[in-house]
Amino acid sequence: MRARVFVTLKPSVFDPQGKVIADALHSLGYDGVADVRQGKYFELDLAATEAGAAKALAAEVADKVLANPVIESYRIEVD
Amino acid sequence: MRFGVVVFPGSNCDEDAHHAAKDLFGQDAEYLWHKDTDLKGADVVILPGGFAHGDYLRTGAMARFSPIMREVAAFADRGGPVLGICNGFQILLEAGLLPGAMLRNRSLKYQCEHVHVRVEQTDTPFTSAARPGQVLRIPIGHGEGNYYAPPETIARLEANRQVVLRYTDPQGRQDDASNPNGSVHAIASICNERRNVVGMMPHPERACEVLLGGVDGRVIFDSVISALARGPERPALLEVGRPA
Repeated sequence: MRARVFVTLKPSVFDPQGKVIADALHSLGYDGVADVRQGKYFELDLAATEAGAAKALAAEVADKVLANPVIESYRIEVD
Repeated sequence: MRFGVVVFPGSNCDEDAHHAAKDLFGQDAEYLWHKDTDLKGADVVILPGGFAHGDYLRTGAMARFSPIMREVAAFADRGGPVLGICNGFQILLEAGLLPGAMLRNRSLKYQCEHVHVRVEQTDTPFTSAARPGQVLRIPIGHGEGNYYAPPETIARLEANRQVVLRYTDPQGRQDDASNPNGSVHAIASICNERRNVVGMMPHPERACEVLLGGVDGRVIFDSVISALARGPERPALLEVGRPA
């Protein structure tokens, strides 16, 4: 199965890169973009054949390595 | 006294730290390869600056899995003095030996410049030779030195007097313009609750010779050398070298 892990800074943590991207978009006239948060995206190819197991493994890897729980949160999709 | 300087693939201030300890302060110094599993009898461990393991994923994120880090954690647990400088500070955070995390500098730039930091605490092994409130001029060189921790952690750090150095102006006044990276509470350095593990973003090893533009970093080395020499006065350090 494949797991997609989206890691972003927690809403309470200031995202300097997202802020610069938002400012750049505003300077280009995209006033309809209220805010930008940027993050990281991982695709994991997993040996698991069952969605529950795949998601559990992806979550373990995200907790341990892919995300820093002090500043980041993550979301997982499997298929 | 023996300094142990950990070398990760990508460390690039290891030789500077080794040079300072050995050539400038006349101490014994050993390199500790990240795959080593013993500290070669080190009395103090330095995690130097650089880009350990390329800093892929996050700064310091991979280094915490190096075998030597288990030994460093056990040494810290026994009360041994550990100093993380720049990338070494980032590694201590990722390894959970110090609380918090680093964000990109608010400028989004890699900043390489001299800054001023005020000594907030002198009861750590790395600041014991400094005066409280002493202002040090020491260089920084980092892209991710914007210290962050959740408000409750910051409150605990302040209550426990764990903020060791703060960015200030040359007179020791805290203002936003003197904060080079946006760190919360202008934090440049913290210690653990036991006070034997210290992380700092500025590079004291680059400020130990007049030729290099200043000697304010010497007080960090002077501190740990004299702290260990008078060990019996310092309960936390008495346990150095004792088996876990």
